[in-house]
Formats: sequence, C-alpha cells, structure tokens
Amino acid sequence: MESLQKILAEHPFTRGLDERHLALLTGCASNVRFEAGQRIFREGEEANQFYLVREGKMAIELFGVERGALTILTLGPGEVLGWSWLVPPYRWKFDAYALEPARAIALDGKCLREKAEKDHDLGYELLKRIAQVMEERLHATRLQLLNVYEVES
Amino acid sequence: MRESAQQYVLQSSDFQKLLDALIKRGYQILGPTIRDGAIVYEELISVDDLPVGWTDEQNGGIYRLKRRDDQAMFGYAVGPHSWKKFLHPPVVRLWQATQDENGLQIKEEPRQARKMALIAARSCELHAIAVQDRVFMGGNYTDPGYKSKREQIFTVAINCSDAGGTCFCVSMKTGPKASFGFDLALTEVLQGEVHYFVAEVGSELGGEVLRELPVVLAQEPAQTAAENVVEKTRQEMGRTMDTTNIKDLLYGSYEHPRWENVAARCLTCANCTMVCPTCFCTTVEDVTDLQGEHAERWQKWDSCFTMDFSYIHGGSVRATAKARYRQWMTHKLATWFDQFGSSGCVGCGRCITWCPVGIDITEEVAAIRETKKEENNGESTKNTR
Amino acid sequence: MASAPVHPMVPEPWRVRRVRKETQETFTLELEPAGGHGELRFLAGQFNMVYLFGVGEVPISVSGDANDPHKLVHTIRAVGPVTRAMRKVKRGDTLGVRGPFGTPWPVTAASGKDVLIVAGGIGLAPLRPVIYEVLSKRHQFGDVAVVYGTRTPADILFSSEIERWQKRPDMQVHITVDRAAATKDTIKSDGQERPPHATIWSGNVGVVTALIARAKIDFRNAIAMVCGPEVMMRFTVQELEKRGLALDQIYISMERNMKCAVGFCGHCQFGPTFICKDGPVFPYSRIETLFSIREL
Repeated sequence: MESLQKILAEHPFTRGLDERHLALLTGCASNVRFEAGQRIFREGEEANQFYLVREGKMAIELFGVERGALTILTLGPGEVLGWSWLVPPYRWKFDAYALEPARAIALDGKCLREKAEKDHDLGYELLKRIAQVMEERLHATRLQLLNVYEVES
Repeated sequence: MRESAQQYVLQSSDFQKLLDALIKRGYQILGPTIRDGAIVYEELISVDDLPVGWTDEQNGGIYRLKRRDDQAMFGYAVGPHSWKKFLHPPVVRLWQATQDENGLQIKEEPRQARKMALIAARSCELHAIAVQDRVFMGGNYTDPGYKSKREQIFTVAINCSDAGGTCFCVSMKTGPKASFGFDLALTEVLQGEVHYFVAEVGSELGGEVLRELPVVLAQEPAQTAAENVVEKTRQEMGRTMDTTNIKDLLYGSYEHPRWENVAARCLTCANCTMVCPTCFCTTVEDVTDLQGEHAERWQKWDSCFTMDFSYIHGGSVRATAKARYRQWMTHKLATWFDQFGSSGCVGCGRCITWCPVGIDITEEVAAIRETKKEENNGESTKNTR
Repeated sequence: MASAPVHPMVPEPWRVRRVRKETQETFTLELEPAGGHGELRFLAGQFNMVYLFGVGEVPISVSGDANDPHKLVHTIRAVGPVTRAMRKVKRGDTLGVRGPFGTPWPVTAASGKDVLIVAGGIGLAPLRPVIYEVLSKRHQFGDVAVVYGTRTPADILFSSEIERWQKRPDMQVHITVDRAAATKDTIKSDGQERPPHATIWSGNVGVVTALIARAKIDFRNAIAMVCGPEVMMRFTVQELEKRGLALDQIYISMERNMKCAVGFCGHCQFGPTFICKDGPVFPYSRIETLFSIREL
C-alpha cells in the first residue's frame, strides 16, 4: 500500500495532493497491467474505474459500422484515461485499448465518488484536476477539428 | 540655414537656357505639363510645355486646375504624378527567358542609359526620393535598375510658392524649402512685371550648369523676396499633422475602433498608393508567348489595398478593408521608421487629394490621437483617486 | 568572386537531378547547377525563389543538407498554380533559382544546449537541414528531440528517414497524427482480443502540442525550433512556455506572400518586419506582440 501511495504522489495527475487525500485515494487504487491489444474498456459498459498511465501506450477508439475502429487519441505515461466514472450514467462512451504492454494505476470510481461525497475538499481537488484534463482534451480536440494542416484552395 | 550659400538671379525669360544646357549635356528633360486637366510629369521640349499661368485647387477628393492672374511658371502644388514614375517605373521588364533543348536561358533586361533631368522637383519630393533610395539602395540588396537611373539624375528643385489645399510638409519637416538632394534649387519671384528665380547651387555639376547661364549674384532684396515666398507658403499649409510620438501612437493603436470607421469609407481602390511618392510595392507577372518557348517577367506597381497583396495559400492575410488601411497608414507613419529609419510620409497631400472619398491621413491621425488623449486622461483621473 | 553585379531578381538555371514523391501532395526536387554558376551555399532555414519556366516563381525552403551545397534540395507541397505545375517536372528539366534568402535557424546558438524541433505538416521540410546539421556534429549538443505532427499517417514526410532517426540512440523522435486511418477490422463480439494494431497505425494520435511533454529534454536549457501552420505554432509556443522555455529560446519560421525575397516588393511585411529579409526565422521574443494582432 505504501508503494502505491508513493506512485500516486509522483504521477502528474495526483502530484501535490496532501497526504490525507493521497491516503484516501490509495484506498481506492490498485496496480493494473495490460497486454498489447488488450481491451481496457468498451463503449456502453459501466464505467467504474479510471487509469493513471504509468507505462506503455493506450488508445481511445470509436467504433463505427461503416468505418471500423477510429483512433481518437493515444495516451502515454503521465496521462489519464477515462472520466465517465464521474458523470452519470457512469457508462463508457468509447473503447479503450492498450497498444503496447501497459501499466497503470486503476482508481475505483465508486469508491472515489463515495469518498468525495463525504469529503468535499477531496472532491473539489479531484474535480479541479479532472477539469484541467478535460480542458486540455477539449482544446486538443478542437485543434484536431481545425484540420490545421489542410489547405483550402 | 544656408545663409552663407551663394545665391544667383536667373531671369524667367532665361529659363529655356537652363533646359538647353541640360539637353546639351544629354539629359532627357522631365517636368510639369498640363494633360487631362491635371499638372503631370512628362518629357518636356521647351518652357512652352510648362503650366505657365496655371494653379491647382486641392482638397480631400478634389483637384481642379485654375487660371492664375499672373504668368507664374511653377505656381501650383504637386499633381497626381511623382518622380517615382521615372525612377521606379510602374511597369518594368526584369528579364526574358527562353527554353529549348539547351535548357533554360535567362537574360537580364539591359539597363537604360538615358540621363534624366527632373525639372521643378519640390522639397517633399526630394525627401520622397531619399526615402525610396533607402528602400532600393540602402539595404543588403540593391535594385540595379533603380540605382542606374538614380545615379544619373540632375535635379532642379523649386521652392514652393503656393501651398496646396492638402499640403502638410511643414508638419513632416520636409518643406517647403529644398534643403538637400538637388543640383540647383530655384525660388520663383513674381512682383508685377518683375519675374525671376533666385538660384542656389547644390552640387558641383549644378554649379557648372549655372555658370553657363546669364545669372548675376543675388542681392539682399532678391534674397529677401525669395525667403518671403517660402515663408508665405510655410504659413499657408492646407493641412497639419501632429507627429509627436507618432510611431508609438500607431504601434499602440492596432486594435483602435477608428480603423472600422475609416474602413466604412475606404473603397480600397489603391489610388493613395499609386499617387504616393514613397509607396514602392510591386508584384511580378510572368508572361509567355503562344509557342511556350519565350517567357518574360514584368515588375508592376502593386498596392497593399488589393486582396492579392497578402495572399498565401488558403486566403488573404488582410481580408478586410480595415486591415488593409491600417497596414498602409501604420506603414507610412510607424513601421517605416523601423524599416528604413525615417517616416514613410513626406506630407505631400496626394493621398488626400486623390482619394475618391476624401479620406484624410491627417484627420485619421488626429482622430486616433484624440481618443488616446481621452484614454490617458481617463487613466490619470483613475490614478489620482 | 561574383563577376558583374547581378540583379537580385534574375534566377540562375538549375537542372532537376531527381524527383521523389513524398506524399500525395508533396514531392522533393534535387537540383544541380545548369549554367556557368557554381554551388549555392545556404544555412538551415533559408529559402530560395524557385521559378518554373513560363508559370511563375515561389519561395521554397531548402530541405537538403547544408554540408552538400552541390545538391540543392527542395521539398514542395502542391497547393497553388505554380507548385501544382512543378509537380510535373521531370529529371533533366531546368528550373530557375535565386537565393538563398532569409535568416537561418539558430543552430550555432543551440550549441551546448538541448535541441527541441517541433514541426507540423510540410513544416518538417525547412527543419530537416537542422536535423542534418545537428546530427553531423551531434557531440556539440545536449539531448535532441524531434516532435512532428501531421494530419494522417499518409501525410508524414521523409518516413524512411524518420525510421532511421528513430533507431538512433542519440535522438528522440515523437510522431503524432490528428487522425488515424480507420480500419475495417471488426472486433469479435465476445472476445477481449482484437487483431494486432501493428497492421494499422500504431503510432500516436493527437495534436502535436500534446506530444511536447514526451520530449525528455531540459526545457530550461533548450532551444526550440518550431515550424508549421500558424495556429499550430501559436499553441506550440504556449505549451513550450508552460514547460519553462523563455520566449527567446523559441524560434519560429513565418510565412507570408513573397515576390522579390529582398525587401523591395513590400508583400511580406509583418508589422515592421519583412519576412523575406528579417525572417523567415525569428526568435519568438521578437515578434510576440505582432503574433497576436489579427490580419497584420
């Protein structure tokens, strides 16, 4: 448990949290590994976890009948996968795969939600950090939408 | 002041002798003449081509020739032409190319050798020529076509006797008296039947030419008369522009609402850039013959008011009239200082006169300055509270 | 050296030695002198005006190796009438070239420091000479990272060369695309496994700015050289600032309409600067205020 807390203290997403909050988070955390090609979650499934990537590469994908799987975004060490655990109805909106052998800290969403309800300081701290991830993700998506390399002629 | 410079008197009836002396030296005589209801710069044959007895009435969007009640030869302000049409012509072939089995051959256009004499250049125009000198000869690269023409000119300056309705050289410190860049500078003095020029020498060659003319040393009365001519002009400027910190004023006004205001009036017709004696922008055009064996590249005056001017793949950088007017005016009065070490505006007033809707650069500067003052006052009131 | 003063607007003939298709819309021309004139010495980041007989002239950055001035290399994207016509040139054809013009990348100033190269799309072409130069005297620099983004995997320039760079232990290469090619692979309805991603794009998907964080360099002691579309450069600069780079450690290459390349034609003005002679490469600190003014 102590080593998990240490890992959490060093991951960019949880870095700088105070000891008490780190300990609370550690209570909901576990180490996970994925093989290359392994599915992490699937669209429509219940979203009960999120992942702090430590090693390897993961992909968020959207599957369309006509086009097959489309990669929306790839994630690497230091990044965060998943926030559907935070927002009702708590179901994944995309598929996620490990592209390479990957390691991550999985945080139990239900566990976190309960702790955040009881401890709003923790909840607010978490939300701020997730909001930042969301903001960066949204901004990146907008840039992708802009199609900046395309030339209109 | 050039108090110590020798001055001479040349009778107006002897003016042709000046032209003759220059023609004898192989100069092409270029100067003011009347065409299509305006005083323009063309090749002159004799004094008869000069706009003797004419003047011009100028204001925002207005230019009209009027009869004078005397026989002044240079009793007008500047017209739509400037000397750049000779030194930096509107259309120039840069080179010709052929392509055949031997590959691509590119031949530079031979340079014209004819020496040009500029007759009746105004002080603001000498400043404008100096401005273009810095553009075409002042940097790492030299435009050899410009240079070869420029180095062979003979300039007869005329100190202005009549301020035009849109003139503001006094504000820009570029006139009305020529202070440099001439071979000879003349002031036309007309007192009833008395009609003469007070001449000042600006170069060795100018002195040489003057010595061939029937001149006499100017005495005190003639010198004073000449000074009075210029002084009167100085007092009668049609426009003024406050140039205090003008560079910073405009650098600080890129987002000023006034640009919207002027854009609502501006037709982006490019007239101002065509008549401006310092505007130097060009584009190039490639042409080929029908067989496709011969190609030419032509350089033509261009204007920052066109959409094509700032085109990069995908569109124009300055798509709006607002951005294009801002570019032009900010260039003239601010960025020019950083590019070439001087103002790009010489206060000749042409852009005001020839703007079809009478947009007035002096008025635009004043409007921006006015709001900046208000802003500053607002700031200081806030600060004192 | 030079005989009679040559008009800076007059091109010299260069013969096409090799044409290589890079992507659907980009190609690389390798040129050799075709007149009496000699080699063309250039610095990484400079550009030439390249003329196609009877069609026109365009500014193109040199994408070759400055240590090999006998071979003039230009990588061109077919986007306008001239570049589209240039796509049809063949080995043995002759083009007109004048140059080189403009300011170079700060390779010398980067000596002793870490080097971060951030490129977007065709923006890798003007930066390739930097990579050549840095690799040719690799020991003079600290850590070296290249971060490159394109629209799709098919738009990646110099892909075989990039593979070679990726294998080098002394440089990091991070590639990302805005969108990965869709696959027709289907997932078995019951299975956890799917066909290995190796058959499709296995690289990163996401914007190039997001990849900057992966570069393992000392951001406080690095020189960043950035080239790509203006929007991409704007957000790259923001990301670099966030990582601790000072504005004078960041260099960008600007693009504007150019006709003469020597400051005579006025087209490429960007505030008080002329992109052709004061740029195209600028320390960001010098143009920061101009960069935020629209339609400048």
